[in-house]
Amino acid sequence: MGDHHHGPAQGVTRWLFTTNHKDIGTMYLWFSFAMFLLGGFFAMVIRAELFQPGMQLVEPAFFNQMTTLHGLVMVFGAIMPSFVGLANWLIPMMIGAPDMALPRMNNWSFWILPPAFLMLASTLFMEGGAPAFGWTFYAPLSTTYAAPSVTFFIFAIHILGVSSIMGSINIIATVMNMRAPGMTYMKMPLFVWTWLITAFLLVAVMPVLAGAVTMMLMDIHFGTSFFSAAGGGDPVLFQHIFWFFGHPEVYIIILPAFGVVSQIIPAFSRKPLFGYASMVYATASIAFLSFIVWAHHMYTVGMPVAGELFFMYATMLIAVPTGVKVFNWITTMWRGALSFETPMLFCIGFLVLFTLGGFTGLMLSIAPADFQYHDTYFVVAHFHYVMVAGAVFSMTAAVYYWLPKWCGRMYNESMGKTHFWISFIGFNITFFPQHFVGLAGMPRRIPDYALQFADFNMMSSIGAFIYGASQLLFLYNVVATIVAGKPVREDKVWDGAEGLEWTVPTPAPYHTFEEPPVVPKPAGTI
Amino acid sequence: MLRLSHSPATDTALKLVVAAMAMFAFVFVVMVPLYNVLCDALGINGKTAGQAYTAVPAAVDESRQVTVQFVAINNDGMPWTFAPDARVMRVHPGAANGTVFRASNPTEFEMTAQAIPSISPSRAAAYFHKTECFCFDQQALAARAFAEMPLQFIVDQDLPKDIHTITLSYTLFDVTQSVTEGLAVR
Repeated sequence: MGDHHHGPAQGVTRWLFTTNHKDIGTMYLWFSFAMFLLGGFFAMVIRAELFQPGMQLVEPAFFNQMTTLHGLVMVFGAIMPSFVGLANWLIPMMIGAPDMALPRMNNWSFWILPPAFLMLASTLFMEGGAPAFGWTFYAPLSTTYAAPSVTFFIFAIHILGVSSIMGSINIIATVMNMRAPGMTYMKMPLFVWTWLITAFLLVAVMPVLAGAVTMMLMDIHFGTSFFSAAGGGDPVLFQHIFWFFGHPEVYIIILPAFGVVSQIIPAFSRKPLFGYASMVYATASIAFLSFIVWAHHMYTVGMPVAGELFFMYATMLIAVPTGVKVFNWITTMWRGALSFETPMLFCIGFLVLFTLGGFTGLMLSIAPADFQYHDTYFVVAHFHYVMVAGAVFSMTAAVYYWLPKWCGRMYNESMGKTHFWISFIGFNITFFPQHFVGLAGMPRRIPDYALQFADFNMMSSIGAFIYGASQLLFLYNVVATIVAGKPVREDKVWDGAEGLEWTVPTPAPYHTFEEPPVVPKPAGTI
Repeated sequence: MLRLSHSPATDTALKLVVAAMAMFAFVFVVMVPLYNVLCDALGINGKTAGQAYTAVPAAVDESRQVTVQFVAINNDGMPWTFAPDARVMRVHPGAANGTVFRASNPTEFEMTAQAIPSISPSRAAAYFHKTECFCFDQQALAARAFAEMPLQFIVDQDLPKDIHTITLSYTLFDVTQSVTEGLAVR
């Protein structure tokens, strides 16, 4: 192995050939931020078109490409890789391991991502245009009626599926085999727990997605009829397979966010997390339930009443473990010595808005009511409350919380707070009115709308521009911190922070925990 | 405990690779067949059996009549004319009934079509038995040719009493291209 105390290699090869979990984590985070801006740009095109009724800026076909790519890039390019990056940086440091268990595979799982998204983005310049069938790519829209670029889309999905599976295998192998002596499962930080469960979900369902796109490929090029009624197949089968992947997928996105919030809220409440064990069991219950609720996305396909009832009750059941979590976070804050630094603000924003998104989710779970809400802007509002205010807010909180530990410099607090308030207000101006237009019947994924929706849509668009612009402030703050932030030298950057990652020097050295640490007893235990 | 490798981490990873591959196989060998089996067995999704029903001796239920409606739809771009001979029939459960659908190919070349049935309400599908149906096979029609396509069916006498109307819809798909491509491969 040679010298253990060498620093990183120099130049571009450092990043190409690195097997260091911190380097790979950094690359994942920057890549996902780039994708966040790209997907955000697509969203700006959508909102600009919807600023006024009538056709304004883009052709309807291009509008459809924008909604499709916005969803795909945000889900697979921005949110998922950002949490994988966070896992890479933090899991070894949180469990007292020197690195990930399979560092070379780690390098691979990152480096196959950029080509996949380059290929996906390049479909915009192909004949017939980019995929335009929505991020859910329902057959036969994505088979019989798709542009030729769908084949590149399928290949891109295959590659990023492989990347996700490799990343998850690495996380599971690390958590199961590389915990420091004394770091028992029930002593692991909740972020590690939520990621362990998420990784199992990924290993279970990413192959299902790969199967779905493989069937599409075979239907398009090899004359099979999995999803073609003419050949004895069934388009509804596609929806079942897709959502058997798709529902666990939404928990893949949100569970690591739960983990982040469960780290940050105790730190700024200066109290241990309330109900640690119940948090673990709630996470596991949500993961289990995610496998038996998929058809609540397809209430309108014509299922038997018994099926609708089963999926309705099973879906409502998810509110129980989720409620346990929200209760625990609030109880953690109860009578705590609260302070409101930027990470805490984003966590509280998460808590309020995610819960709101959870309530609209409960409304959507009611099968007879869903026939009214299905494919309207109410659904768009719902999933942006849980995806953006849920996953993206918590990811932003994570960056502010751990950035000083990563780079040894403190971000600009007032700029961070400004970012929070502009984000929070911009987000709500964007998505709150969409509840109203949705309930009034405005369909999603359509480039034009009836005149009575004009005012709320203009509000939505203005809010979206505000929210989008505030992310540039975030980018500036992060870059300014890394380049010229005020140096921090305390190991424990935040006085209330708990966990092994706060016992290493600041900034975190290139190699940490080459000797396993002594695991301290969590605060509040005997 | 099964060991696949000397290093515990590699061992965990290999097991997970096997699990991921198993899930990929699961989609093809379990999910797709299971979906088809369930739809057939429970008659959900409005699917009717793909093969002819062998009639069993049963009493005709003279006490009630069921309205059977026929709908014929051309799939996107299908140029044939396609229509039922009778749009509505009143039948007794248990009785054997027959009708025909008429199709003509107005184009200048030979074409092959496949009709795909669907029943509404879908829970009636399990009680709608076809002893003969043109939908069991593909239909080839020469240029400018015309055909009467037969349908023989029995509505089961166990049809739930609250179902008074059954709609049988056929969607006609153009499968000429896949048929000729299939021949070219052979």
